[in-house]
Amino acid sequence: MKLRTLVWREMFERKNQLATSFLAILLGIAVVVSIRNITYFSNKAVARELDALGANILVLPKSASIQDYYSADLQTDAFPEEYVDRLTFSDLAGLDNLSPKLSVPVQIQGRNFTLTGILPKSEFQAKAMWSGAGIFSRPAEGCGTVADIPGAFKPPAQETLVRQRVVEDLTAEEALVGADVAALLSLKEGGSLEVAGRRFSITAVLPQTGTVDDSRIFAHLHTVQEAAGKGPVINAIEIIGCCNEISAGLVDKINKLLPEAKVVTISQVVQTQVNTNQMMSRLSMVFIGIIVLVGGASIANYMYANVYERRREIGTLMALGAGSSVILRMFLLKALLLGTAGGIGGFILGTILAVVLGPRLAGIPILPMPALLAWAMGLSLLIALAASYLPARRAARLDPCATLQEV
Amino acid sequence: MRLEGVSKSYQHRGQLVTALDNASLQITPGDYIAVVGPSGSGKSTLLLVLGGMLAPSSGRAFLNGQSLYDLSPDERAAVRRRKVGFVFQTFNLVPYLTALENVQIPLYLAGLDPAAQRERAAALLQRVGLAERLDHKPSELSIGQQQRVALARVLANDPELILADEPTGNLDPETGLQILDLLDDLNREGRTIVMVTHDPGAAGRARRILRLMNGRILADADARVPVVG
Repeated sequence: MKLRTLVWREMFERKNQLATSFLAILLGIAVVVSIRNITYFSNKAVARELDALGANILVLPKSASIQDYYSADLQTDAFPEEYVDRLTFSDLAGLDNLSPKLSVPVQIQGRNFTLTGILPKSEFQAKAMWSGAGIFSRPAEGCGTVADIPGAFKPPAQETLVRQRVVEDLTAEEALVGADVAALLSLKEGGSLEVAGRRFSITAVLPQTGTVDDSRIFAHLHTVQEAAGKGPVINAIEIIGCCNEISAGLVDKINKLLPEAKVVTISQVVQTQVNTNQMMSRLSMVFIGIIVLVGGASIANYMYANVYERRREIGTLMALGAGSSVILRMFLLKALLLGTAGGIGGFILGTILAVVLGPRLAGIPILPMPALLAWAMGLSLLIALAASYLPARRAARLDPCATLQEV
Repeated sequence: MRLEGVSKSYQHRGQLVTALDNASLQITPGDYIAVVGPSGSGKSTLLLVLGGMLAPSSGRAFLNGQSLYDLSPDERAAVRRRKVGFVFQTFNLVPYLTALENVQIPLYLAGLDPAAQRERAAALLQRVGLAERLDHKPSELSIGQQQRVALARVLANDPELILADEPTGNLDPETGLQILDLLDDLNREGRTIVMVTHDPGAAGRARRILRLMNGRILADADARVPVVG
């Protein structure tokens, strides 16, 4: 005989009453686990979608407007390329990708196109490593981007450029051409192209995007700067900023860092994700509150009823020499078992619900999150123990002779 | 065991009820006392006070020279665990435990390891003639068998004082006699027994009879030992 024998046997003796209480905590934890699981993957999915949209912060010359940028991307004004270094070496968190650009109009075979100079990511990383600090040593969290894993598959250059506005490597003689450019000039990957008096080998033909990118020719920034004869200047920096950081004031920080430039954000897109994240987070908290109240009330009610029903048994145990601590532990151990079972059961049920219902409700694949088990157990135990403490204390303080009326 | 001027009164529906009135009593080790009297005369209250379960309104109760109600509730529980055994009219067995487990409860409370608990509990159940019923729950036992399990449970911690409240009140005459025989045996072993009873036959087995009336202990004409108080 141990205390747990006493508790275990009693639980199964009155399993119908126990079942109601267990069901309340089980369903409550399951709902919360399910919501948190779906929310997590939903946030990831939204972040990935946002990432696929490309840059969400633009650094432009003071005179430019965002409409100018998206209609033609050809501003007459420019600003020094040194702005890129300022961002690279700053202590700003949440800058995921930087893409400085200089766009100049060019004519090829009597047709107008845009020659856009871009700086490959490898050059930023090299600079950052030289300085031993900077944005690439502080990868942003929660932006939906996936960390590079050595040896892992990397998408081809054209995909990366279209999706993330970044290419890893680009030499002075290489160019990537938009879909319209390739179609109109009958260009193919591996071919060559002469622009602004220079010959480029075509490393990739970009997929159709339906944007001005389709009529662009991308080459190394410094090559374009030389061809344009404007010196080390650029007319835009496209940035993928982490949404959480944007909502925490990243744009203002960039503005302070680059007071001579105009910093704009695609606020609607960013705000939508921020709002979605916040709404799901608040919804989750509301549910947790309801679960704590309903689950706690159910367990407290069950425990009080259990103490009342077992008055004679408690009195008998006291007559046999049980101290108040034995009675208290007897009820708290029961709460512990109830909370543990509710936590584990709730995690399993909630995960199944999320995995099965998530794709139907949110249209996204959901994977089990083992980390939620600890969370579910913690919440379940907290509810069960807190709700049982007062009934357990009442049991421990019962007047033994009031419970043994026959004596 | 000694009571000195013990009174117990309480409020019931706005009226003061005196359950015990200035009761004084000396119980010598190995005594066998029957407590008789009409319902409401204070018999049960007397048992509770003797067992350290009910603090008197005034007066003192001593066990082995120790003032029971100067101890904390948990210290009194420890005294009961070591020295006192209660026998209830309705047995008060824990319904979801087997006979063996019911007898193990005091042994668990005393801190014995499970194997030693099982060994001693089985031996006690064998002593009361229930060696074949170790794994039966109370609902699977006859009334007489249940009372014998309760007696085995009382004996688990080898108490020097046994307080029995109508131990034969719910039993048929034949089973009642078996239980009284067991109590006689326990008294012969040197244990002190205080038994509340309405049964003159049961009271006749005691060496000393206390008659209570309106909370007062009266010197009964049939008492074999003079009563103080």
